[in-house]
Amino acid sequence: MITFSEQQLKVPKLARPVYLVTAGQSKFDRGFPDKRTEELCIDALTQAAELLNMTPAELKSYIHTCYYGHFADHFGDQLLGEAVIHDRLGLDPLGNIGVKTGGATGGSTLWEAMKTVASGYSDCVLAMGWERMDEVPTDEGNFLISCAADKDWESPLGHIYTGYYAVMAQKYWQVFGKEEESFRRTLAEIAVKHRGYARFNPYAQGPMKITVEDVLKSPVVAYPLRALDCCLMSVGAACAIICDEDTALKLTRNTKNKPLRIWVAAGSHTLRPADRRDMAIPLLPNETADQYKDLEERFPGGGRYPGFTGFLGARMAAWYGYRMAGITDPTEDLDVIELHDAFTISDVQTYEDIGIRPYGEGRTYVESGDCYHTNPHTGKPGKLPSNLSGGLIGCMHAVGATGIMQTFEIATHLWGRWAEVHGDEKIWKSFNRKKPSDWTDLQVKGANRALAISHAGVGSHVTATILMDPDHLLKADA
Amino acid sequence: MSMFGQVYVKDNQYKIKGDFHHLTPNQPIRDADGWKLLGVTNPRDMTYIHSYGGEAVFFESLSQGKLMATRCDNPKCEAQGTIYQPFRIHCMDCLRKCTVIDMTDLAQKTAKIHTFMVCERSGAFSILDKPIKFINVEFDGVATILMGYLSLGDPKIGMSVVPIFKRTSPTYTILDLSWVPSGTPEKRLPEGFSY
Repeated sequence: MITFSEQQLKVPKLARPVYLVTAGQSKFDRGFPDKRTEELCIDALTQAAELLNMTPAELKSYIHTCYYGHFADHFGDQLLGEAVIHDRLGLDPLGNIGVKTGGATGGSTLWEAMKTVASGYSDCVLAMGWERMDEVPTDEGNFLISCAADKDWESPLGHIYTGYYAVMAQKYWQVFGKEEESFRRTLAEIAVKHRGYARFNPYAQGPMKITVEDVLKSPVVAYPLRALDCCLMSVGAACAIICDEDTALKLTRNTKNKPLRIWVAAGSHTLRPADRRDMAIPLLPNETADQYKDLEERFPGGGRYPGFTGFLGARMAAWYGYRMAGITDPTEDLDVIELHDAFTISDVQTYEDIGIRPYGEGRTYVESGDCYHTNPHTGKPGKLPSNLSGGLIGCMHAVGATGIMQTFEIATHLWGRWAEVHGDEKIWKSFNRKKPSDWTDLQVKGANRALAISHAGVGSHVTATILMDPDHLLKADA
Repeated sequence: MSMFGQVYVKDNQYKIKGDFHHLTPNQPIRDADGWKLLGVTNPRDMTYIHSYGGEAVFFESLSQGKLMATRCDNPKCEAQGTIYQPFRIHCMDCLRKCTVIDMTDLAQKTAKIHTFMVCERSGAFSILDKPIKFINVEFDGVATILMGYLSLGDPKIGMSVVPIFKRTSPTYTILDLSWVPSGTPEKRLPEGFSY
């Protein structure tokens, strides 16, 4: 049984308020034979400056410290890639450091940036993330990704990360999904939704207009997961600028970007799922112990927590993050979210880990229509739209950039700039992509609070990034 | 004549002989339309030298038909008596060195599949046949759940399995441990494996 001490459960408190003022990103694609990584990073920083009506040089003059999220050095065959990018961005001799936490690298980079501003060390920090996954063929890429598992105990088993991850999907599928055809269709619905929303995102790598039947007919990768259930392998960059209040007000004066309060919290769990020990479920503010008393009865095999069906790292990131920001019920308090949909089934697992639905009931978030921009059953706005960017399945998974892309996406809703950032014909043309004739404005109207979950592999690292309009805080002293 | 890189240890120092890398020339990457230079290939073929440290006994034992685990025996630790498989050198709570125990018999009697996945793909350098039947094996009285692969039959949650060991031409990796359904006749085991 794993237990926590009082000290370990301290709710983090920032020494001063921290703000996200702007962000930017490059085009995302499977490969960029014609661009070096620094070109993509410069694209991202240039967009961040433009959203503040500034030149990159003007924005750079405010930056004091830099955090660079880049996971897989071995893909690019370049150690100290952070130093290369830092030099090419012309930010020497400022202090900088690299961050590597697998799929959560983007979120972890924001976590570090936030703490640096909160502590007073810096008033303005650049958080930049990227990934270069096109420098080896796909099977060698799978080998390199498998190096993120335990090299002695897991990686030799096929050198395929999907295999280590999907055993958890299988357990969830059988225990909580009860192997029901209706649940399999719900998973497919997620793939249709995310690839469909990606059609309205010019940055997105994998837009597709598909049906549930298309997903169910796609090739099996690891049963019950099929090719269209899985996220993309991507190249691209994303960045965000994190500031104290004075700098935030200066940078956003006379712009459409309102400074957004930001909190980032982090959790972790074993690199090997094999090492997970049994424990009591850490409860979120909208849960009670009583509601899980009969979990094993309702879902035979589901009584072991987190077992192979939940992500303790995600649960703890939400546990700390919600308390930091005053969130008592994520579905009621938040307006839009971006989740780490590495696979359709892990998207469902995350609904439960972060308290959008109780354990065992994640599928109802999709089946109710709550997760859509427009609820398909009622025609009214979805209660809590998720992954309007297209997520990792439809938009991208350029690992080091992913958590920052998600945060940029939710920020555009809070700024009321989603349509401008995603609908501008010039952007579509510059990426050599065709804006669909049925392009739809997915702006969540009146959005004031949002969440992004950044997640590594089998859940070794997870962050929860919360953004709020400062006029709509839930807790005065947050 | 080239020779695979080999390593032994003398006086706690690595001694190496043979070829640890192979030279392959770079090749230009050109745009098929216009033949403009876009980049270059960078071939790499390297051999890593890796220490198993305190886990070496686990991997050596597989080649001898034994499944070793560890147990925290620290009377001051809340986790005293906890058995770990995967083998952990130190207890994850008190960080004291665990006791190495032989759990072959326990595995033969109580191993069953906690979850599984049949994977149709593999990464480069994989030597397992596809599809790979990943299984996670639970044991009575063991706190954790070991990942492995099923060599025969179709996996099901709750299915009883037994360990088999590659005692002939072992690889000294986790691949020397595999699993088969309980009751599988020895003559059906894959080449090199035995109970």
